[in-house]
Amino acid sequence: MSQSYNRGLIEDFSRWREFSAGMWAWIFHKFTGWVLVGYLFTHIAVLSTALSGATEYTTTIQGLESLLIVRILEVGLLAVAVFHILNGLRLLFVDLGVGLEAQDKSFYASLILTGVIVVASVPTFLAGVTI
Amino acid sequence: MSTQVPEQVEDESASETVSTGKQKRDAKKRERAERVQEQREVEAAEKARTADDTYHLKVFRYDPEVPEKQEPRFDDFYVPYKQGMTILDALMWARDHYDSSLTFRHSCRQAICGSDALFVNGSQRLGCKTQLSDLSEPVRVEPLPHADVVKDLVVDMEHFYDQMEAVEPYFQTNSLPDGELEEQRQTRENREKVKMSTRCIWCSACMSSCNIAAGDNEYLGPAAINKAYRFAMDEREGEDMKQRRLEILEQEHGVWRCQTQFSCTEVCPKDIPLTEHIQELKREAIKNNLKFW
Ligand code: HEM
Ligand code: SF4
Ligand code: FES
Repeated sequence: MSQSYNRGLIEDFSRWREFSAGMWAWIFHKFTGWVLVGYLFTHIAVLSTALSGATEYTTTIQGLESLLIVRILEVGLLAVAVFHILNGLRLLFVDLGVGLEAQDKSFYASLILTGVIVVASVPTFLAGVTI
Repeated sequence: MSTQVPEQVEDESASETVSTGKQKRDAKKRERAERVQEQREVEAAEKARTADDTYHLKVFRYDPEVPEKQEPRFDDFYVPYKQGMTILDALMWARDHYDSSLTFRHSCRQAICGSDALFVNGSQRLGCKTQLSDLSEPVRVEPLPHADVVKDLVVDMEHFYDQMEAVEPYFQTNSLPDGELEEQRQTRENREKVKMSTRCIWCSACMSSCNIAAGDNEYLGPAAINKAYRFAMDEREGEDMKQRRLEILEQEHGVWRCQTQFSCTEVCPKDIPLTEHIQELKREAIKNNLKFW
């Protein structure tokens, strides 16, 4: 074979230049999936404070909820979870071979629906819990 | 811009008998002719650049054998537009009028030989099937991503062909008809089922667009899996042949690598529903392994 040129980084990035629904759906799905796994650990950590008694648990929750950043992160968590679920359902249909010709539309629909649900949830989350 | 050898301006046979004076005069004449030629080229390029009905192409150039082209670069070509002009037409025009060393593969010019898949404005397209008028300027023309560039727009297709061969892309059966001249007929429904999958022209656009194939060299890739689909779904091959085909497809780097990104389906110039075929083979593979009856 003759010499050939490896286009290196340009090569790796060029494939992301053109927006393609299925590609982004894949990236978002992987990303949200791993964020959920990460959250699972914090979730378990917070819940385990209940092992040291009811008051311990309540103060932990109250402490966390009093922080604005935590409430904002919760909105983010909801966004991630809702997108993962909706796109997950889309992927199940794709696996069944149902509605493949609308795969891009169903991805946009997941995005929009996620957006709507998240926006609707903002007041509830930012108000925080009052225990 | 041109790496072409300039045309000879005078007859060489006379050079032995002529005086040094004439030689000097000739040298001057040649110089002048060259200057005029250069001037003309610049003017032509300038005219093409300013005209409204020209298309601006930015074309990837690379040639390991020419020192000035060892570092990849983009050359600008201004091509006068004619109605119905395709990317391939424009490249040919640029090659014929500006730089005869511009290298790309083409043959049929009618989307049937599969030799001119290119990376145009960020996606894989067939040069001869893509209208210039559908593209925004400047039109960037690059060789297919994820393949070794041999020269300019020519990539090494060997790996793609290897993957195609790996799925045994030919009809095989253990149940031949009795009479030697008897035809192996296919039902209309079965023909309809494999119809789209038979249209592949081995252009490699799908393979080049696939992120999974880019990260995993052993992945069979959409075209090869589609080729396997064409035969696995052909009822004339028989049950044991289908079993063998599914075994090939079920391997670690077979159908399960597909992450349903649909990029292959989107770029295929023959509109083959590649992802659909891959998904169907995944289901076939599962059904095959879960056979309780
Ligand atoms: C109703 C809820 C859920 C649905 C419908 C769902 C659906 C899916 C589907 C269909 C896939 C496969 C994507 C593919 O084909 O490549 C997937 C992947 C994944 N999911 Fe979920 N999921 C859900 C909840 C969760 C949760 C709670 C977590 C985290 C604890 C999670 C973590 C992941 C991860 C990490 C992946 C990527 C796996 C990989 O790398 O291939 N999912 N999900
Ligand atoms: S499946 Fe389509 S894109 Fe892939 S090689 Fe065949 S014709 Fe080209
Ligand atoms: S030249 Fe044959 S497919 Fe384009």
